[in-house]
Amino acid sequence: MWILDRDLWSEIFATLGKNLFRTFLTMLGVIIAMIILVLLLGGANGMSNGFQKIFAGTASNSLFVWSQSTSEPYKGFERGRRIQFKLEDATILKEQIPEIEVLAPRIELGNHRGVVTVYRKGLTSGSAVYGDYPNVDEIMKKKLLEGRFLNENDMTESKKVCVIGEETYKLLFEKGENSIGEDVRINGVFFNIVGIYKPNQNINIDGENSVYIPFSTFQKAFGSGDRMGWMAISVQSDTKVPVVESQIKRLLKNKYDINPIDERAIGSFDMSEVFNNVSAFTGVLQGVSFFVGILTLLAGVIAISNILLITVKERTKEIGIRRALGATPKVVKRQIVLESIVITVFAGFVGFAIAIGFLAIANNMIGENSDMPFYNLMISIPQFLGSFILMVGLSVLIGLIPANRAIRIKPIDALREE
Amino acid sequence: MIQIKDLHKSYKMGKNSLHVLKGINFNVEEGELVAIMGSSGSGKSTLLNILGMLDSSDSGEYILDNVPIKDLNETKAARYRNKFLGFVFQSFNLINYKSAAENVALPLYYQKVPRKERQEKALKYLEQVGLKEWAGHLPSELSGGQKQRVAIARALAAEPKVLLADEPTGALDSKTSYEVMDLIQKINDQGNTILIVTHEPDIADMCKRIVHLKDGVIIEDKKIEQVRAEQYV
Repeated sequence: MWILDRDLWSEIFATLGKNLFRTFLTMLGVIIAMIILVLLLGGANGMSNGFQKIFAGTASNSLFVWSQSTSEPYKGFERGRRIQFKLEDATILKEQIPEIEVLAPRIELGNHRGVVTVYRKGLTSGSAVYGDYPNVDEIMKKKLLEGRFLNENDMTESKKVCVIGEETYKLLFEKGENSIGEDVRINGVFFNIVGIYKPNQNINIDGENSVYIPFSTFQKAFGSGDRMGWMAISVQSDTKVPVVESQIKRLLKNKYDINPIDERAIGSFDMSEVFNNVSAFTGVLQGVSFFVGILTLLAGVIAISNILLITVKERTKEIGIRRALGATPKVVKRQIVLESIVITVFAGFVGFAIAIGFLAIANNMIGENSDMPFYNLMISIPQFLGSFILMVGLSVLIGLIPANRAIRIKPIDALREE
Repeated sequence: MIQIKDLHKSYKMGKNSLHVLKGINFNVEEGELVAIMGSSGSGKSTLLNILGMLDSSDSGEYILDNVPIKDLNETKAARYRNKFLGFVFQSFNLINYKSAAENVALPLYYQKVPRKERQEKALKYLEQVGLKEWAGHLPSELSGGQKQRVAIARALAAEPKVLLADEPTGALDSKTSYEVMDLIQKINDQGNTILIVTHEPDIADMCKRIVHLKDGVIIEDKKIEQVRAEQYV
């Protein structure tokens, strides 16, 4: 195997080492190109990771459905009729649409985004109060600072427990005061705090200042009967959200005698759309980064080719001597191409190492708990391999230019006495 | 060893064609020491280039060690050069960033001789030219005569059939020239076939045969009584 030939490599390093400073300057282009490529890719990846972190806990394949007022008259009903979902709707939807994975009904005190005063030992907080099924946590994961979220047991026994938001805690408690096990009063009913959660700063559907109590407790405590405010729904991962969304709406419109063309009677929000937009955005960003990086790399490699062309010119006599002594064109060509590869790959690795260092520093500065959409700036193994293979490929192609120039040197011309 | 029949060569210079070799016929036996003489423009260097497969003839026959040399592509020419020929140039043509020993070992590298054997052979031939102690020195640290001796060692290292020397003493003073010629004579004494292109009569007299070229033809081809260079050293 010629690739393991020690002499070949010592030949290559001897020629490269002959003019170390120039070799270094040549490398600089590729080093910087590689730094740019890795930083761009790392940044784009970091942004992608950052968004993923922000969305962590929120099922990407989910939607929210709530009732509003009709905007079209239908079957003798006038427009402007307020629609009120019933708890049985949840059961019907779950039965009739098998694509629904989790369906969490919710009811809230007051109107939508309504605020209720929550009391504790003379302190008050204007909070949104929700009656929830524990499985809502499967769709929108709550990041708990203390305690736990509502569970099935709370549900079946209609326990008077609640989970409060960090903001609510701040209003109702002194700093550092223990809250778990303490009671708060809502509409004259006492609830025992079992957990405090930290709202997600970036996707905030529930509001910052909220209190969650079990759905069943809500029904009993506030006499809401079988009314239901809205539904958080996650669909199976192989199903498109808009498809299920229209199925649900059709079914509900039919049940509540709503005009099929009425767009306003039932409100919904497709979470997957947000995800798709974000991943399309980060995808484009990664593509652009790669493109820009590769072009920079190409410029760097072309600089190497240029220097090698000059080197070949300078070494005309030496190459002539080698040819006279029996070097075949193949041997000469191989040596020049390998020089190109060695410079490029070495410079590439240096640039890569520097860029990884930068990314590590950036990661360190951003840290774990930043709200910026940047997290874990790194390039992936396939990206690394891709750029590496591309770099070697380019260096071979570009190295062929000076190599072909070198083999056009005829020994007789090179050795002609000046 | 060498048979040449009716060799022609012309160069195109723009519209004009310059006929340099106009039918050369000559043979060289094994162990000969031949001087090819002639003024500049006589075609002696062109002849040597063709003999050295650095250039090709337009017509005619060239047989080297019973191998007809024709239809050479670059790769084939390089192989034949490596196998059959050793070159000594006027300006030494050593690779300046390689030590004497590395320069001598270079043709062996292209013969794919293993590294260790190469180094041993390089030292052996450097010893033969009396420069064993200079093996690790770069060409820039050697005198002209020493450089030419390294070049001769390099030409010998590949154990060629024929040694081709193009004005080997052209860049040397007369004392050093005689030293180099002494070395060449001694190598010839061992049975090596050597061709020397020169325009210096005293150098030619140190060969065993003089071929005189003028305007692309051989005008004289005579065996002579060799003058030993030893006596001048």
